[in-house]
Amino acid sequence: MNRQRLRGLIRKEFLQVLRDPSAIAIAFVLPVILLLLFGYGVSLDAREVPIAVVIDSPTPQTASFVAGLDYSPYFAPRYVATAAAASEALMAGQVSGILWLRGDFDRLLLTGRTAPIGVWLNAVDANHATLLRGYLEGVWQDWMLIQAETAGLALAMPVVAEPRIWFNPAVRSRDFLVPGLIAVIMTLIGALLTALVIAREWERGTMEALMASPVTMGEILLGKLIPYFLLGMGGLLLSVAMAVWLFQVPLVGSFWLLVLCSALFLLVALGMGLLISTLAKNQFVAGQVAIIVTFLPAFILSGFIFDIRSMPEAVQIITHLVAARFYVAILQTLFLAGNVWPLILTNAAALLLMMLIFLGITRAKSRKRLD
Amino acid sequence: MWARIFALVIKEFLAILRDKASRMVLIGPPVIQLMVFGYAASFDLEHIPYAVLDQDGGAAARELVARFAGSPNFTEVARLTHQGQIAPLIDNREVLLVLRLDANFSRDLLATHAGNGPARVQVLIDGRNSNTASLALNDVTSILMRFNRDWAARHGQRGPPAELVVHAWFNPNLQSRWFIVPGIVALLTLVVTLLVTGLSVAREREMGTFDQLLVTPLRPHEILIGKAVPGFVIGLLEAGFIVLMAVLWFQVPFVGSPLALLLGLSLFLLAAIGIGLMISSLAVTQQQGLLGVFLFLVPAIILSGFATPIANMPEAVQALTYLNPMRYVLIIVRGVFLEGSTIRMLIPQYWPLALMALFSMGAATWLFRHRMG
Repeated sequence: MNRQRLRGLIRKEFLQVLRDPSAIAIAFVLPVILLLLFGYGVSLDAREVPIAVVIDSPTPQTASFVAGLDYSPYFAPRYVATAAAASEALMAGQVSGILWLRGDFDRLLLTGRTAPIGVWLNAVDANHATLLRGYLEGVWQDWMLIQAETAGLALAMPVVAEPRIWFNPAVRSRDFLVPGLIAVIMTLIGALLTALVIAREWERGTMEALMASPVTMGEILLGKLIPYFLLGMGGLLLSVAMAVWLFQVPLVGSFWLLVLCSALFLLVALGMGLLISTLAKNQFVAGQVAIIVTFLPAFILSGFIFDIRSMPEAVQIITHLVAARFYVAILQTLFLAGNVWPLILTNAAALLLMMLIFLGITRAKSRKRLD
Repeated sequence: MWARIFALVIKEFLAILRDKASRMVLIGPPVIQLMVFGYAASFDLEHIPYAVLDQDGGAAARELVARFAGSPNFTEVARLTHQGQIAPLIDNREVLLVLRLDANFSRDLLATHAGNGPARVQVLIDGRNSNTASLALNDVTSILMRFNRDWAARHGQRGPPAELVVHAWFNPNLQSRWFIVPGIVALLTLVVTLLVTGLSVAREREMGTFDQLLVTPLRPHEILIGKAVPGFVIGLLEAGFIVLMAVLWFQVPFVGSPLALLLGLSLFLLAAIGIGLMISSLAVTQQQGLLGVFLFLVPAIILSGFATPIANMPEAVQALTYLNPMRYVLIIVRGVFLEGSTIRMLIPQYWPLALMALFSMGAATWLFRHRMG
């Protein structure tokens, strides 16, 4: 390894970056745009969901129940005269659900029986519907507690849950989605930066020129890795800054540990790009492969949005092939829970292993040979 | 003219399918990704790992705890003896939640006869994924509700004054897979289309063959047709395959009209091809083309309603989604699969797609000539 030659290669790579500024755009503009769009756009928290409310015969009892809906931040009740009109609104997608208090609500309630409250939900989006059902149950439970206190009705809830949601007491989905987004975005940046750089040298014939010079293959690879690593870390710090200051995600754990783990992950992402580029030797195929193996796996299999614990065993095993999986676990923990060493060390070790594998195969496949 | 276009179409198919790596890229990954994502992309919690700290130990407490052990949704990982054990379990993600019954649980529960209470169960949940936490809490609540009903009946207390009777339309068992798998149809179709079109012009520009194409008698719109047909054919074939798999393998109900789906997917493909070619002809190098593809693909998927509802987005971002072809095709695909939507009901989704197809294809044609690297 010759320091001077390596410096020369790095200088050359930087000049190429400056000439086609798309690499700078990838490192600095891409994370800002994507994080801005998604940080605001991606949320699983329903607010003011339109719901049709049908009350056959309004009484103080029904009023006390729907008051709970009115006060709830989750619902925007729309009062509809008939059940038929409500069902039409549900079919047309104007409301997400229907709540129907029938004419005998009072009678059943006051004679000690159980009055049914009919609820119909548009369950095409099952997750949304399940959350809505949970919010409605919350309204119902609060109403019963109030009934028990004020109306003197015997309490019908011997046991209630007293939830303590750790690490995210306000249950803001943004707090876990934004750290996950950083992992998805860094996966893209890493691959985009390096997926084409070696294939490009092959395609343009400049690889042959490089081979005719005294530089070694290791120096060529390092010459590709170091400049893009520096660019990528710039983009990463930008993302973390936005997460903390713009999106107000608390960073409970150590900042330096975050930087260290991120550097590790960036090396994995860049290593994957270099490997694709080395194996494909053709920018078109390298580009296609990069599109396939980076974004969708990082989006769906990393635990960023779909919890890995909800997946079948076999798929859980497959997720171990996705580097973002380990990084998402580290990010969500460092941001929200703190320095949980056993969890962070195991995931960081997995990243280290992947980095060694990617860079190792790349190195082994890069021979000074024309074929 | 048609002979010329036909020859160009043949050449484009060859360019895409000629080398083995490229063929593999178009056929293997979509099939694998459909299988893996179809199973992975789900919000439904099936085995919630939990631990119990029962400081009461009474019969009622044991009965309640047994309810969780007996539920198929919950898997007991540990029985704790003191409070200090809780934090490490949750911190290291070994359990999603801990149920804690304090020493007064039985006393409080028996006191509910006298109108006191209620007895409380502390539910300590890992909130790192707030959606998972909410869903798990829902499951805990429904077990408690069933326990309450049985307890009240057994002890001669009156039942709840009112109760929710919930019906889920279009998806009675609330399986999120029914929502996600039709979405994957649109997702993979978009990816395949962009793979075929997104780098194709940029590659020819970089190699210099595009200039040759421009000096042939081919008119720009003929070049456009030549480049669009392979994308359309490959995209439609793969979409058809994925739809079949969704119905036959994943057992997602298909209640609407196949024709409505075909029309929707065709319009969507045209819009996606137009956008792909537009990106490709704007780019001078394949590196720029790849950047362009990602800059379109990633927001198109994340802000489409595929995983997180559009209704949850702030107004400004919601307005942006009207520019996203994925938004419309997802409504079409899910509508046809689950809600039985017809062509007439989907017209509001069709015309924006048609408009996008027209605009993007026009822009691509114009760019062929006017953008020279």
